[in-house]
Amino acid sequence: MAFKGRPAPSTGLLRQVDALARAAFPSGFTVLVLVLAAVPVGLPGVVAAAGLPCIFFWSVFRPAALPPPAIFGLGLLTDLLSAAPLGSNILILLVVYGFATRWRRFLARQSFLAVWLAFCGFAAVAALLGWGLQALLGWAVPPAMPGVAQVMLSAGLYPMLAALMSAAQQAMIRAEAAG
Amino acid sequence: MIRLSIPLRQALARLSLPMMIAAAFGVMLLGKADALLAERARVALADLLTPIWSALQQPVSAVQQAVREAESLLRLRQENARLLQENERLRRWQAAALALEAENTLLKRQLNYLPEAAPAYTTARVVADGGGTYARAVLLAAGPQHGIRKGQVALDERGLAGRVTEVGSRSARVLLATDINSRIPVTLEGSRARAMMVGTNGARPRLQHWPEGAIPQEGDRVVTSAEAGAFPAGLPVGVVRWSAAGAPEVELFARLDRLDMVRLFDYGLSGILPPEAVARPEPRARR
Repeated sequence: MAFKGRPAPSTGLLRQVDALARAAFPSGFTVLVLVLAAVPVGLPGVVAAAGLPCIFFWSVFRPAALPPPAIFGLGLLTDLLSAAPLGSNILILLVVYGFATRWRRFLARQSFLAVWLAFCGFAAVAALLGWGLQALLGWAVPPAMPGVAQVMLSAGLYPMLAALMSAAQQAMIRAEAAG
Repeated sequence: MIRLSIPLRQALARLSLPMMIAAAFGVMLLGKADALLAERARVALADLLTPIWSALQQPVSAVQQAVREAESLLRLRQENARLLQENERLRRWQAAALALEAENTLLKRQLNYLPEAAPAYTTARVVADGGGTYARAVLLAAGPQHGIRKGQVALDERGLAGRVTEVGSRSARVLLATDINSRIPVTLEGSRARAMMVGTNGARPRLQHWPEGAIPQEGDRVVTSAEAGAFPAGLPVGVVRWSAAGAPEVELFARLDRLDMVRLFDYGLSGILPPEAVARPEPRARR
């Protein structure tokens, strides 16, 4: 965004609102994506597949805005919107968050393609974990095909979502630098 | 915001992930222990989000509609090709049919052929079977102004059933082809030989009086013959079956054991009429 000149220094209240909006943006965006993904379009498993890229991206690039309680809430929302056993997506998202934040210093320096590849690995592990949890909680071997479809869908959705989120991230960084 | 000391906050931040993972397990157990709870939560959330979804559903369904349209447009080409091919084939058949029709009219004209009038028929419901003078007969319900006449031919949806023998003001009796009194002139379609089909009160009437040398063949189709002017020629009757006793019988097309509706055809024939039932005068026509 090319502003002509610097914006006027904001007042205290406005700055607080601004900071709050920036802090709430990752969760809000993810909630929005989840709710939009739940629109019945005849494609099952979109909710879980769409939530994962958001969590991964923000865990890597802005972990402070997405604390574990927020992840917990998003996982619960995913569980409620999809037909997965209650709690399974919470655990998956928390595990993804844990590993992504641990490796974020390494991941954040990589190129987009490398991050995408890493995300594919994460998605595969997440699907495997989900499959295992489903088998454990339902005490029956679930079919493997939905998991594979979810990984593919997740991997395919990542570039699109990441483009949106990195644009927002750049804007936020610029705003922080200005403010 | 509550102001906490920095080490405490760091400790909390470090602890929050394990705590949340423990909470996730707790939720899992809760969902496992009380499946109804998860269901209710899902329904409540869906209720909450339904307005959003229903608003979004319109563009989504519009897009889906457009995609379907595009698919059908893509398929239009090959559909068109298929239809053209089929049309071509049908046109050839139409040409053949027209040629045959023309040839047929030409031959008819040359033979001085008198076309048969399409027979009029009435449909009547079978209300009772048995009774009366005959052992194998059915009673038909007819309206008060019915046009049923003696000698009309009764067919079910498959073939010949019998012949009207008695007519009342609101009913009519049909003598079935299986009755022991039934004699029907038939033609064996294979050899064009005439024969008589004689009822036995059994399920299969017998064939009698076939000309010498034209023995009915097993599986030969049997149709009515116009001999004696009682029936029109060519009504489907049945197929020839040789019985275990060595007599040729006719397996009827009509299902006489489960007649429910019969069509009564008026061919305007007044050949041999069945005899009057004994001690049963013809009811007077009430007008």
